[in-house]
Amino acid sequence: MSDLQLELEILRYDPEQDQEPRFQTYSVPCQEEWVVLDAINYVKDHIDSTLSYRWSCHMAVCGSCGMMIDGEPKLACKAFVRDYVNKTVRIEPLANFPIERDLVSVLDDFMNKLRRVKPYLIRKEEKPLSEGEYRQTPAELNKYKQYTLCINCLCCYAACPQYALIPEFIGPAALTMAHRYNQDSRDQGRAQREEETASHEGVWDCAFADACSLVCPKHVDPASALQQMKITSTVDWYLEHLGMGGKKS
Amino acid sequence: MAKSNKPLVWGLFAAGGTLTAFVTPVLVYVTLMAAYGDPPAALDYENIQAFAANWLGKLALFVVISLSLWFAAHRLRTALHGLGLRADTAIAVAGYGISAVGTVLAAYYLVQI
Ligand code: FES
Repeated sequence: MSDLQLELEILRYDPEQDQEPRFQTYSVPCQEEWVVLDAINYVKDHIDSTLSYRWSCHMAVCGSCGMMIDGEPKLACKAFVRDYVNKTVRIEPLANFPIERDLVSVLDDFMNKLRRVKPYLIRKEEKPLSEGEYRQTPAELNKYKQYTLCINCLCCYAACPQYALIPEFIGPAALTMAHRYNQDSRDQGRAQREEETASHEGVWDCAFADACSLVCPKHVDPASALQQMKITSTVDWYLEHLGMGGKKS
Repeated sequence: MAKSNKPLVWGLFAAGGTLTAFVTPVLVYVTLMAAYGDPPAALDYENIQAFAANWLGKLALFVVISLSLWFAAHRLRTALHGLGLRADTAIAVAGYGISAVGTVLAAYYLVQI
């Protein structure tokens, strides 16, 4: 009762056996409403159980199924098979990352960069619990809410031409997360984060190609975050060099 | 990690980019009109001369010329890097150098008017 047939050309790589990655083609009978992840699951369940890939939620929430589908970084659980009928679809692990095995990428680089930008609320002084919670108006929440929607799928790193050129670049998702906390009215950590984000490897390696925002499945718009950070970093830089207390939060 | 000094040129780039987005098309139009059409009286030599002789006029011309140069230098630098040219320092020095010289020359000649 399959409605359509999909040819999947999946990148395979077993570090213990293969010198280099190779492609293996699978013919998958799909149902009309399937997403690419369903087709890959079909391969795993019925054709070739040795295939490795990451997924969990099947609903664009966990961010683990980011991969190159027909050359574009996408969530496999959000890309419908009906958009790929009558052609061979290449499935590869995310570009710009080393391959661990098959469709699984090594994400350590991103994890380390994320840690460097301190993606958590920083207070000069915590107020005691007895003084109650930190309150926020809807307008204050709106300033950063969009940037909280990132699911760390890393499609933006796979799309970013600057990250491809300069592996040291902290990159879209991690910098956007820094911006998310900088914009939070409860946070006072911008000066600390700028040690990383305002360095060469921070926002200044961004050339505003906008590729990150185009591929982002959650419409986080990392490019806007980075451009806003450039403006803030520039103002902070001038203030600091004019001796006007650039070290403030 | 050391903070980058890029804000120095990026500030000029951003200001120049915003400005040229509005001003450059007008300048191109005005130039073409002066070259091929028949320019309105407002663009007569005397009027332009009077504009450039006025201190506010001087300031406006200086800002437009100088910021356009900084914008172009930085845009060219990132574009060439994107196209695969790796002589970034040389390109930066040459581009920003031309902008700096242009800025000084613009100021010098405007003051003469
Ligand atoms: S499986 Fe969770 S985002 Fe695709």
